Amino acid sequence: MSDYLLEVKDLKKYFPVRGGVFSKVTNWVKAVDGVSFGIYPGETLGLVGESGCGKTTTGRCILRLLEPTSGEVVFGGQNILELDRRQMRKIRKEMQIIFQDPYGSLNARMTVGDIIGEAFTVHGLAKGKERAEKVQELLKVVGLDPYHSRRYPHEFSGGQRQRIGIARALALRPKLIVCDEPVSALDVSIQSQILNLLEDLQEEFGLTYLFIAHNLSVVQHISDRVGVMYLGHLVELAPKDRLYSSPKHPYTVALLSAIPVPDPDMRKKRILLEGDVPSPLNPPSGCPFHTRCPKAGAECRESRPELRELSPGHFVACHLA
Amino acid sequence: MIQMEQKKVLLRESFGGDALTPEPESYGKMVWRRFRKHKLAMAGLYILIFMYALAIFAPVIATQSYEAVDPPNKLKAPSREHLMGTDHIGRDVFSRVIWGSRISLSVGFVAAAVAVGLGVLIGSTAAYFGGRVDDILMRFTEIVMAFPTFFLLLTIVFIVERSIFNIMLVIGFTSWPSLARMVRGQILSLREQEFTEAARALGATDARIIFRHILPNAMAPVIVSTTMRIGGAILSESSLSFLGLGVPEPYPSWGSILNAGRTYLLQAPWITTFPGIFIFLTVLAFNYVGDGLRDALDPRLKD
Repeated sequence: MSDYLLEVKDLKKYFPVRGGVFSKVTNWVKAVDGVSFGIYPGETLGLVGESGCGKTTTGRCILRLLEPTSGEVVFGGQNILELDRRQMRKIRKEMQIIFQDPYGSLNARMTVGDIIGEAFTVHGLAKGKERAEKVQELLKVVGLDPYHSRRYPHEFSGGQRQRIGIARALALRPKLIVCDEPVSALDVSIQSQILNLLEDLQEEFGLTYLFIAHNLSVVQHISDRVGVMYLGHLVELAPKDRLYSSPKHPYTVALLSAIPVPDPDMRKKRILLEGDVPSPLNPPSGCPFHTRCPKAGAECRESRPELRELSPGHFVACHLA
Repeated sequence: MIQMEQKKVLLRESFGGDALTPEPESYGKMVWRRFRKHKLAMAGLYILIFMYALAIFAPVIATQSYEAVDPPNKLKAPSREHLMGTDHIGRDVFSRVIWGSRISLSVGFVAAAVAVGLGVLIGSTAAYFGGRVDDILMRFTEIVMAFPTFFLLLTIVFIVERSIFNIMLVIGFTSWPSLARMVRGQILSLREQEFTEAARALGATDARIIFRHILPNAMAPVIVSTTMRIGGAILSESSLSFLGLGVPEPYPSWGSILNAGRTYLLQAPWITTFPGIFIFLTVLAFNYVGDGLRDALDPRLKD
């Protein structure tokens, strides 16, 4: 489909493992192994999965903060992996990122004004007084006070720092923002504030989000569609309501059964998965999930299931679904 | 309008909703405020100010020339006339210690500067280019590190001409490896930090990322290490001079005064005691100041 704002096609990112005296490549970690999906303008696509499943790597590859091993990232009709450095710098105005760690993501040696204003300086868009005014405007937009621009990050709380990170991402008026676990480092009470802010900003600026998280309730709250990743693969992708009400992939079913229910009397059947996630160094043949799947059969061990559309908009990669 | 703003600030603070101070504090001010709390470091700082003042005002403070010989008055105990007594050829130990502070302190400073310069250059080159360049530079660094430093120093001193400047260089050239490794490690870890990634996502150039984001953050440990290294370099110079391989006569350094007094340790202990105290105090002061700086510069430590 061509009405996607961003389309990821068969994205792969392998990290070399080096060993021995001459630092030879002895193996590859297949962090992302053939992921495809698209994001419509103005929607929020949630991406969930356990730690190490490749969801963060996917986000980084889309922005070319990591160079993908192969695949395509089509943004606005253009495969951005083919762009040279200069062209890439330009297109960065259109896609930004919000990080997980509100401490590590702000340079402790720069004032908030410089952190947010760097975007304008880098692209030669504004300087001096004009830049200061734009920064103050952005601070207001994210719910901070204009006079905060002269302060340093260490003077702020985690939630406030996250707002600064959001203001920085917003500065260039991007179309797409990759939110890499933007609330998982925050207190629960602050999480909802930040989520509401993100929703308000989406409405105000017509933003499109790729929302990466491991917290299923958070993703349910904010997303329009949700993708589930397991061991470098996208195993299920569906509109939010469909995914949460009738999951098709056994992994999604197990994942959803693990959401705690705030009712002590309600007994829910929990599906406990056996064993650990296999190492991406040596992923299982066939379906990546077959080693832990309660329903796995012979076919699952032999051939890898492709992502196919079960019902309109509901994609699953499972032989049994 | 301004009053409104102030009221808002006051209001927020009285409700405890915002723990920010009304006036923003610059980074330098914050470091200084935190440094001041470290009592030993402040004591060290005062000692260093005192020592450098001695060195700068040596011509005024010293009562005699450092080379004025007066054999009839040799090995005299401290008195009004000779505050720290005289040495074996009648030179005034006080004047020599004061003049010696110039040499000892500048050796420390220049040697540390050479070490830091080389260390930062080699460490950051290795980290920035990575791969083969990194491998070669780091193996070379490890080879230099594997030499027992002091014997390497002794060997070089035998080869090159003995002058104050050469001594400075030699000490500098033998003490850069640990710094190079430290700088490399710093840069490698900073390169992976999210704020560097954020700058790249904004489209910042490599040069901008290095000079605005990586280097300023890598400086804190370098500053701390430099401070401690000055103390170390002063000790190295003293050790060399003590072995008679340091600053040539008649120039006094604290180490060479010690060396000269070594033979008269029992007969005239003042010749060795006073320069010894100066070395001890200065090195200790540098170490405490370094300690204080480390605490003050670490953004992770809360006030």
